[in-house]
Amino acid sequence: MAAIELRGLSKVYPGGVKALDSLDLAIPDGEFFALLGPSGCGKTTLLRTIAGLETATGGAVVIGERDVTGVQPGARDIAMVFQDYALFPHMDVTDNISYPLRIKKVGKGPRREKAAEVGARLGLEHLMDRRPGQLSGGQQQRVALARVMATQAQAFLFDEPLSNLDARLRLEARTFLKKLQRELGVTTVFVTHDQAEALAMADRMAVMEAGHIRQIGTPAEVFQRPANTFVAGFIGSTPMNLLDGTVRGDTLEVAGCKVAVPVTAEGRLSDGEKIVYGVRPEYMAYSAAPAEGAFGGRVVIVENLGASHLVTLEAGDVSVQAVVPEGNEPAVGDDGYAVPRRDRALIYRDGDLV
Amino acid sequence: MTRFVLGRIGFYTLIAVLLAFFTIPLLWLVTAPFTSDPTYKVSVPDFTLDNFRAIAEHPYALPSLWNSVLLSAGTALLVVILAALAAYALSRVRLPGRDALLYTLLLLSSIITGTAAMVPLFQLAVQLNLIDSQLGLILILTGGLLPAAIFMMKDFMDATPKSYEESARVFGATPLQIVRHVVVPLVRPGLATIGVWAVANVWGNFLMPYLLLSDVEKQPAAVITYTLYTEGGQANLSMLSTFGLLYSIPVVLMYLFVSKKYGFRFHGGIKR
Ligand SMILES: Nc1ncnc2c1ncn2[C@@H]1O[C@H](COP(=O)(O)OP(=O)(O)OP(=O)(O)O)[C@@H](O)[C@H]1O
Ligand SMILES: [Mg+2]
Repeated sequence: MAAIELRGLSKVYPGGVKALDSLDLAIPDGEFFALLGPSGCGKTTLLRTIAGLETATGGAVVIGERDVTGVQPGARDIAMVFQDYALFPHMDVTDNISYPLRIKKVGKGPRREKAAEVGARLGLEHLMDRRPGQLSGGQQQRVALARVMATQAQAFLFDEPLSNLDARLRLEARTFLKKLQRELGVTTVFVTHDQAEALAMADRMAVMEAGHIRQIGTPAEVFQRPANTFVAGFIGSTPMNLLDGTVRGDTLEVAGCKVAVPVTAEGRLSDGEKIVYGVRPEYMAYSAAPAEGAFGGRVVIVENLGASHLVTLEAGDVSVQAVVPEGNEPAVGDDGYAVPRRDRALIYRDGDLV
Repeated sequence: MTRFVLGRIGFYTLIAVLLAFFTIPLLWLVTAPFTSDPTYKVSVPDFTLDNFRAIAEHPYALPSLWNSVLLSAGTALLVVILAALAAYALSRVRLPGRDALLYTLLLLSSIITGTAAMVPLFQLAVQLNLIDSQLGLILILTGGLLPAAIFMMKDFMDATPKSYEESARVFGATPLQIVRHVVVPLVRPGLATIGVWAVANVWGNFLMPYLLLSDVEKQPAAVITYTLYTEGGQANLSMLSTFGLLYSIPVVLMYLFVSKKYGFRFHGGIKR
């Protein structure tokens, strides 16, 4: 097992695309680390640069204590699962799983034994003689996992390993993968563009945008205190309300309503300042009757989320969303009031958290 | 309506004539060897095996078939191995001017192995002491077929996803291991196509062996066919037809075998 450290890592593609812009990142030994970001932000590039499939144009990659920046992928002692799994179509499951051992010149007997052992651990016993083309997506994913497990590498790199599974299987695979990583204790870097996946699985995560890391932290930190408006807008299954406002003495004027200054920003704002007020729809108390410090407006949309409803209010000329528990949902056209929780609301100044 | 019917009749008559044009020689090829005294006409055979006996007694006929096998198998093997390696490199490594290089090679090769290059090739072979040598002939034939083979092979290589190789690379496989374990099995139909194409090319090549091999014992079947005359200087039809049949059977068998095994996709330079 080994820690991974990136120091000022940059990658500029031949065409001039700056995919990574001097990234610094330290992933301690044994951590399950998620890389999250929108499409094209450089997640795959970062992973491939750690693996050595792309050469860094600046900075260093350190795995364990070793600077591997100029080292061939095969000598970095890492294992990678590709988005399409890259199982060899002409080999059966046993040969696929034991391929890394074949490269390491392990004999045929021990190789088959190891494959059988790892395969059994992932519930693949009855599939060992099949070819990848005869397996379902979920089974292929487990074969790919078994193959990296057989390497006994220092670190695992996963590029969106769940994105080829259907929604249901994805949830199962998520739990399974997290449990497996716990048991193995291997440092794992996991790329995803699904924020729910990152929040659910990671010990820590980084949110990327256009080749930069915008925030690093535990899922709880990133969810509760997004460091900037980009992260705030990206994280969360319902997007955070981000509303322009102005400081007026001890209160804020946001969307034409008077709301209280959030706990975390108390005493750190100056009168008359322009700010962005952020609060998640989940942290709003909804009522049909007018309330102090509430966003008031007409209900324009009610979306069913299952056990709750997402209500969109039109306050002045902006929309404010609130999550309302089932049974209390208003009808479209009603007047509604949503009081943000003072201890959960956030203030952004020039895009960054106050 | 009548116009339409007449048109149809005309069309099918044309097809029938065309078909006959191609079938009659084939029909002749399978009947004449079993006929005692064949002419140019297709006739009902009397099922004699005398012609085959005569071929077996001919001092150079059967050995020349073996020579053909040696020449074409040797050339095909070299072409397949070299084309696979070259095409892999050309497909995976970004070289400036790679496509220009490929097209130039292809263009030049069609000139070089043509008649124009016969004299220099002959002299080159003499100087290298490769004249009258089957190995020399194999090398020259290989050189002639390689550019086109690389061109076709590169297409197969381009069509296989890179992630298989990258995956093997991360596990620590060397480039040669990647080629052996991953690339070759994936492009096997392509290799078979190139192999068959090379065999067929060499099998039917008359001019090259005729010029470069003077020893009758080394000459392939294509050249020996040319010597099957009667004492009177007339084409010996019974020998020719029998030898022709024996000469075509191996290629047909090879095609059937490979097609069954790899499910032929003869599409040359065209992507699926
Ligand atoms: N081989 C390449 N040559 C040039 N530019 C590339 C190459 N690969 C990726 N890029 C560019 O680099 C940027 C980052 O790409 P990357 O594949 O790392 O994104 P990603 O975050 O993995 O996106 P996705 O979620 O869609 O997979 C993109 O702008 C992309 O167009
Ligand atoms: Mg990607």
